[in-house]
Amino acid sequence: MNENTTNDPIIICEDVHKWFDDFHVLKGITTTFKKGERAVICGPSGSGKSTFIRTINRLEEHQRGTIIVDGIELSNDLRNINLIRQEVGMVFQQFNLFPHLTNIKNITLGPIQVRKMSKKAAEEAALALLERMDIADQAYKYPAEISGGQQQRVAIARALAMEPKIMLFDEPTSALDPEMISEVLDVMRELAHSGMTMLVVTHEMGFAREVADRIMFFDEGVVIEEAAPADFFDNPRHERTKLFISQTLQH
Amino acid sequence: MQQDSTKIPFWRDIRVLKVLFQVIFIIGIILLALFFYMNMLNGLERQGIELSLDFLMSEAGFELSEGIDFDSSDTNLKAFWVGVVNTLRVSIIGIFCATIVGFLFGIARLSSNWLISKTAAVYVEIFRNTPLVLQILFWYPLILTLPKVRESINFFDSIFINRRGVYLPSAVPADGFNTWRWYLLSGIIIAIIVVLGLAAYRYFFQDRELHETDRPSFVSNIILGAKWVAAPIFLTAAIVGWFLTPEVSFVLSKPELQGFNFVGGINFSPEFTAMLIGLTVYTSAFIAEVVRAGIQSVVKGQREAARSVGLKESQVLRLVVIPQAIPVIVPPLTSQYLNLAKNSSLGTFIAYTDLYAIAEIINGKTDQSVPIFAIIMASYLILSLTTSAFMNWYNRRITRFGSSS
Repeated sequence: MNENTTNDPIIICEDVHKWFDDFHVLKGITTTFKKGERAVICGPSGSGKSTFIRTINRLEEHQRGTIIVDGIELSNDLRNINLIRQEVGMVFQQFNLFPHLTNIKNITLGPIQVRKMSKKAAEEAALALLERMDIADQAYKYPAEISGGQQQRVAIARALAMEPKIMLFDEPTSALDPEMISEVLDVMRELAHSGMTMLVVTHEMGFAREVADRIMFFDEGVVIEEAAPADFFDNPRHERTKLFISQTLQH
Repeated sequence: MQQDSTKIPFWRDIRVLKVLFQVIFIIGIILLALFFYMNMLNGLERQGIELSLDFLMSEAGFELSEGIDFDSSDTNLKAFWVGVVNTLRVSIIGIFCATIVGFLFGIARLSSNWLISKTAAVYVEIFRNTPLVLQILFWYPLILTLPKVRESINFFDSIFINRRGVYLPSAVPADGFNTWRWYLLSGIIIAIIVVLGLAAYRYFFQDRELHETDRPSFVSNIILGAKWVAAPIFLTAAIVGWFLTPEVSFVLSKPELQGFNFVGGINFSPEFTAMLIGLTVYTSAFIAEVVRAGIQSVVKGQREAARSVGLKESQVLRLVVIPQAIPVIVPPLTSQYLNLAKNSSLGTFIAYTDLYAIAEIINGKTDQSVPIFAIIMASYLILSLTTSAFMNWYNRRITRFGSSS
């Protein structure tokens, strides 16, 4: 556990199931994330790890079980869904910046439209975030005019501008050129040290070992192993986990 | 080794060949056109017809009830003008209505509500897959079966619908209008001067301090000024002028039943109404598909990102999806606008006296089919080219973003 982790649970998942038509993607996930915890979720592709974090802000609907985020249950109540989305920031593999808006407007859209902040206050906050991401000079450019690593940092700033309690990262570095991965990981590392609750789906095992409090290993829709990084990498219990670690660490 | 270009024989030199092919092509076109022109002159001569534009100034000898006042002693030229105005009227109002209806059905077809999306699908498939002539010939008799004048369908004593068409209230200039319009004119002049001055000041002084890539152009300064400076100045002048003018500038004219018909307000004839409904419904079905394709072209991740920052579904559509769909929608939308304008020539089937119908009447009375059809083709061409020029300008304006530098 890191120095920021508390004992207050912030996300409670109980027996979460999800089907895509006949395909059973999530087969009963039960877990609790504590405030300030940093969890890294890994596993082979198709194991359901992305789907799992996407159920937490209702980008995917779970069909059985309960998910409670910050005391609000995710149900079909539209108001709850909107409340939770305001508390949960998300960063995507493909950045998904809005191409018709400048970088700063990408960031201020949520605060102005959802939080009803004034344009001036939202822009000041956005510039401060871009400063923190080390890309203040890119504020008035369009996303297409900056590099992938810079785009992903704008996307992180966009999520942070809503002042979320939880940040979800869905393979944030997988679409980046190798030399840009570290600039994004640096920002995530800094964020982790600031005490943010983070759920990160990633293949960056170095990052996981260094930053994570807990590593969850997904395979075929179930968590087959979860442990602190030291245990996970040095004493994996399952054969499947051993195979995965040996394959990912070869690279 | 650098090859000396003068050594290439001309029949193998790409630069020469490129020009040569174009010259041969143009000569071919000219010869073809010349052939058809001579052929036409021969044909006309054999029939004893002499090409002349004199008929334009001669008395028309027929009556027109639709549009501008016109009687049989007016010239054929004026008849053409009546046709142009009627074509423009039905096209412009039709484009306006078809755009709104088309967007509604296009968005509705993508709704997650089963009933809404299926209703939209049925609407689109019915009206897109039946000929427009048939639809117009369906609406027109339907309007003619509406109640008689004395039994008009009445909305609040202001709007009347009967088999003679639709009657709406309108504003008519009154005594004070002549005074009031000077306020309007001065409002416009002051607004133009102020906006140009401000735009120039910003462009030459303020904007110099901004970073090169973030510096707005002179035109965008003017557009900004038109919105935030010119409009308030003009409105202030209009409102102040309205109250300073002693007499009333406009009076409301309501349609009223006098004798056998309604007087006052504006009147849409059954022919106009049928054309408007026909063109709107038919074109809106195509526009709905254009809008649907545009919205679907926006990748799923954009919606997800918008939702993840907490936007409501209506905001996702309005702030993220539609702005990105518009550049995809505009070029095919332009084609639909042009189709609508050209399809208005089908008015001739129900005696809506648009440009084409009037050309047919004049053609029947004179033998000048060649200049007549040249005139209407030129008119449609001007109309269409103006429309597409405007839409292309609009498209360029909205697609500046996202181009990687």
